[in-house]
Amino acid sequence: MASAADPMDEVKARIEMIPVTEAQREIAQGTRVIDVREQNEWDESHLEGAIHIPQGEVAERIDELAPDTSERLLVHCRTDNRSARIVDLLSELGYEDAVAVEGGIVAWEREGYPLVYAKGLTPEQRDRYSRHTLLPEVGVEGQVAMLNAKVLLLGAGGLGSPTALYLAAAGIGTIGLVDDDVVDASNLQRQVIHTTDRVGVAKTASAKAAIEALNPDVTVVEHNTRLDASNILELIEDYDVIVDGADNFPTRYLLNDATVRLRKPVVSASILGFEGQISTFIPYEGPCYRCLYPTPPPPELAPSCGANGVLGVMAGLMGLLQANEVVKLVVGIGDTLSGRLLLYDSLGTTFTELKVRRDPDCPICGDHTPEIPVEEMGQFPDYELFCGAPAREPSPVA
Amino acid sequence: MPSANVKIPPVLRSQTGGEAQVPAEGSTVGDVLSSLVDAHPDTREQLFSEDGQLNRYVNVYLNDEDVRVLDGLETAVDDGDTVVILPAMAGGR
Repeated sequence: MASAADPMDEVKARIEMIPVTEAQREIAQGTRVIDVREQNEWDESHLEGAIHIPQGEVAERIDELAPDTSERLLVHCRTDNRSARIVDLLSELGYEDAVAVEGGIVAWEREGYPLVYAKGLTPEQRDRYSRHTLLPEVGVEGQVAMLNAKVLLLGAGGLGSPTALYLAAAGIGTIGLVDDDVVDASNLQRQVIHTTDRVGVAKTASAKAAIEALNPDVTVVEHNTRLDASNILELIEDYDVIVDGADNFPTRYLLNDATVRLRKPVVSASILGFEGQISTFIPYEGPCYRCLYPTPPPPELAPSCGANGVLGVMAGLMGLLQANEVVKLVVGIGDTLSGRLLLYDSLGTTFTELKVRRDPDCPICGDHTPEIPVEEMGQFPDYELFCGAPAREPSPVA
Repeated sequence: MPSANVKIPPVLRSQTGGEAQVPAEGSTVGDVLSSLVDAHPDTREQLFSEDGQLNRYVNVYLNDEDVRVLDGLETAVDDGDTVVILPAMAGGR
């Protein structure tokens, strides 16, 4: 409860404050207005012609911006606590005619006065993504980067479902989905993007319905096909980040070799039983999938989730770790898992982190590996043979 | 003799009686893996080729470092170290 002893009230009692309607008249006549909010708040929206000095920098910078201490200065923030404290500070510094704007930019907006909004975000988007833009590391710029990003998900299954939902919620502007499977009732224990009433529907169409219901900002591109050597370059070339949730080794090696050729970052995870692995491969900056696993295991050591079982919650966790990597890559913040392999054991709830080094002798990204000539760009070795797998499983057991 | 904890991947657990972590003695990574194979003979053919080399599709880490960038199977082991056996996994669905 506010009392006479509330220091904020004392500050407001000893400075001059003017209503927002009066501020608007004065500004129209040329009185200068200083916005003392933080950078991310300024980025989101501000008064046209305002001078921006975050509150912590006022004491240091006011001299230079307003050398005449008799100048009339209006100061505003979001409401009026920070601006009141700054006016108090200005008067201590000798400014004779600085006043705070009651209600700040919130009152300004409520009166319907014009604001300059951040480029690229509509009023609905500013609201929808406000919890992102409030984070200084993301801000409006980071959100715009997400809205402009194109991310391809390989598989709309156990890993791809949670990844796609969270990337869609985050506002990744274009999400491509590669899957040639249809929703089966046995998928629903973990593939949370699909629903009981969409059993039998193509997974890409089912996922598209869920994503569009969640966020109309997202364009979903359905690739209702199986990734192979004949279509991979065409499929991945338009995307900024590839998320690998494939269920077999031939596809993983093919994807690696193609993404190294096109220098696309890949967030790669795999799951089995109660355990998951995840890493991020950024071609030539860090190791590639083949630096980590030069040779695939024989088929008897590489069971599928369909044959072995998988804990649905664990799949969800690994998918979200992939989404987390994607957001960091797109916004350009934090440390990715490039050069690190993270193992998760859901029974023990333990994470183990292992170092992954670039292999200078890697046949794909090594120092002595010749550049692939343009005319051979679309030619790949026989990965089914390389992996010793049957030519193709009749239908993914998923 | 130093004793290490060997972390067993899911695909090898049927060869270790279901154990996810097995203690094994040895002063090098190779010795530790030999102790493991002695105690659980079914792991031999998964880990080693016929000429006694580690299979190429099996990654082995001493603590968090790949033994390929250390001294391979000759890498010295301290008491209480962790040896991680890691074959690639492909499940995604």
